[in-house]
Amino acid sequence: MKVLVVVRQVPDSTTNIKIQAGGQDIERAGVKMVVNPFDEFAIEQAVQLKEKRKDVASVTALIVGPATAAEALRIALAVGADDGIHLQDEAFDRLDELQTAALIATVVRGGGYDLILIGKQEIDLDSGQLGPALAELLDIPHVGTTVKLEFAADGKSFVARRRIEGAEEVVQVSLPALVTADKGLCEMRYPSLPNLMKAKKKPVKVFKAADVAGFAAAVANLGGVKMHAFQPPPERPPGKMIPGEPEPAAKELARLLREEAKVI
Amino acid sequence: MTNDILVFAEQRNDKLHPAALQIVTPAKELAARTGGKVVACLIGGALNAAVEAIDKTGVGAIVTVSAPALANYSALRYRTALAAVIGKVQPRVVLLPATFMGRDLGPRVAAKVGAALATDVVALSINAEGTLDITRPVYNGKASCHVGFPKDRPAVASVRPNTFPAATGGGGATREALAYTPAPGDDRIDVKEVAKAGGEVKDVTEADIIVSGGRALKSEENFKIVYELAKELDAAVGASRAACDAGYQPHSRQVGLTGKTVTPRLYIACGISGAIQHLAGMRGSKVIVAINSDKEAPIFKLADYGIVGDLFKVLPAMTAEVRRLKG
Ligand SMILES: Cc1cc2nc3c(=O)[nH]c(=O)nc-3n(C[C@H](O)[C@H](O)[C@H](O)COP(=O)(O)OP(=O)(O)OC[C@H]3O[C@@H](n4cnc5c(N)ncnc54)[C@H](O)[C@@H]3O)c2cc1C
Ligand SMILES: Cc1cc2nc3c(=O)[nH]c(=O)nc-3n(C[C@H](O)[C@H](O)[C@H](O)COP(=O)(O)OP(=O)(O)OC[C@H]3O[C@@H](n4cnc5c(N)ncnc54)[C@H](O)[C@@H]3O)c2cc1C
Repeated sequence: MKVLVVVRQVPDSTTNIKIQAGGQDIERAGVKMVVNPFDEFAIEQAVQLKEKRKDVASVTALIVGPATAAEALRIALAVGADDGIHLQDEAFDRLDELQTAALIATVVRGGGYDLILIGKQEIDLDSGQLGPALAELLDIPHVGTTVKLEFAADGKSFVARRRIEGAEEVVQVSLPALVTADKGLCEMRYPSLPNLMKAKKKPVKVFKAADVAGFAAAVANLGGVKMHAFQPPPERPPGKMIPGEPEPAAKELARLLREEAKVI
Repeated sequence: MTNDILVFAEQRNDKLHPAALQIVTPAKELAARTGGKVVACLIGGALNAAVEAIDKTGVGAIVTVSAPALANYSALRYRTALAAVIGKVQPRVVLLPATFMGRDLGPRVAAKVGAALATDVVALSINAEGTLDITRPVYNGKASCHVGFPKDRPAVASVRPNTFPAATGGGGATREALAYTPAPGDDRIDVKEVAKAGGEVKDVTEADIIVSGGRALKSEENFKIVYELAKELDAAVGASRAACDAGYQPHSRQVGLTGKTVTPRLYIACGISGAIQHLAGMRGSKVIVAINSDKEAPIFKLADYGIVGDLFKVLPAMTAEVRRLKG
């Protein structure tokens, strides 16, 4: 079994987001970048599969992004991926998410990957399009928001539990397939310093647009949304603090929620 | 492409998701601008009550795809069915609810039919060129941005639940049934079971009111006081990551960046500091209440109402008062 993990690099969730004058984008300078938390779950799941199952031949980590994205790839390699693919070209920066899926599909199609793992969404743009769209373009099944994965002994299918509103769907899926990871699937182990050093020696293939045969055609006929006019979130009016001892304060709160806010 | 707006009216077991009624509201506004009609699409097993319910929202036409194989959601089968409806209706815009189903299905279908897609949108309009413009939150709600669509292909958008009121007023929509023609390999996903999680208490993504507890609750046992208030309010129980990681509550109840995103009418945060990653999941709530012993807790910056105090005293008093008011 060949496993592919798609990794994305995102601003740390504690970053203060500043919007550029003119609102065309956020300020990128000085923003601390980290591995997308949901992709961390996917990386760990891939590595655990390799450790537990004899039939996992390799785990490849793939990232699309500028030269600095190599740092996220290195973390995946330090945690246990065997090799990396880095799709790095200015032309790729202008793709929207569906087009990025088309780019990745073009690169990995024919690569013999039986299982593709990816986080359910990225925490910066929060759109979660990449996983399902990639599965569609590769014509393989996918399971979204997965919290548990159990492989059949023969390694040809798995049973997954996926999170939905107030319930979990239990589905059986045949390989090849794509799985998007949700919180609960597993937590990524800490990449140790020695492993981060060793990761530098693992092979990483870099692809430019010119190296991807059929790139232009693949992205021409889908997606193409343009983000602009970034704005800070709407201000909330200042809140009302309710003074006093717990009991009268709680009573007053209940009254306000009923009579003023009219929500209970 | 026609000028029609297609709405994916999500249902399970012949019951519409509340968000399905809500997204008809922006769909009607868009149709008024394009000069087309709103077409609702329902995909499932037996479809009766759900069809009648969507007809009451004032859609112009209803297209159903009903088959035993569609009784449970499957990304592959539903993709095939929805793509067939899109092929038939040729809509300019397709709206789905940004639910677990809509967010799972939207990208697959958009990739299949060669559309463009925006997820989790909160405002929609048609611009002078006749194409869709939307607004959506990004960076965990720390910013929002406008998104424009290309002219020459359908625009697909999933709409954040509880952003629009449920549409009303109508009836007598034209009805059409399309057959489900399986695509090769549609059976590669086999739904074994849909297992209820979290017991009898509502899920945070289903509730109008959420009472959430944080690390300050200190134990699973103590969460009882959160559940008691939730019961009086017919609310769901949520939790911070700190509370989930400590094992006080299951991860299915976690609200926030790596938990669930919620947009209830009322969110009551008890003993939750208001870390930026928690805010990411609940800042879209209509009314926010914070109960915290630390007057400097960041959650108060977002709260509409706040009490600085010990939640172990405030919560039971609040429960008693709500019981009295409702009694
Ligand atoms: C990548 C990433 C993702 C994350 N995702 C999430 C997420 O999805 N959801 C999430 O919630 N967090 C998330 N976090 C964690 C987040 O940063 C915080 O650590 C977490 O939200 C803190 O939970 P808390 O508010 O319950 O605990 P604390 O921050 O410890 O706050 C407890 C609060 O209780 C108050 N308190 C104590 N005793 C009482 C009392 N008796 N009465 C009233 N108030 C009292 C205290 O004053 C304090 O404000 C994430 C972090 C990272 C790095
Ligand atoms: C409004 C707001 C804005 C913020 N903005 C920024 C910002 O711009 N930049 C920035 O760097 N940070 C910011 N922070 C801080 C940030 O949200 C988190 O505190 C930080 O990411 C820690 O997350 P964590 O996952 O390591 O901690 P957690 O998930 O809370 O904790 C990790 C582990 O430590 C344990 N633990 C943590 N605290 C305690 C405790 N008090 N008692 C017992 N056990 C504990 C937990 O149980 C857990 O096992 C902000 C916080 C707030 C509230």
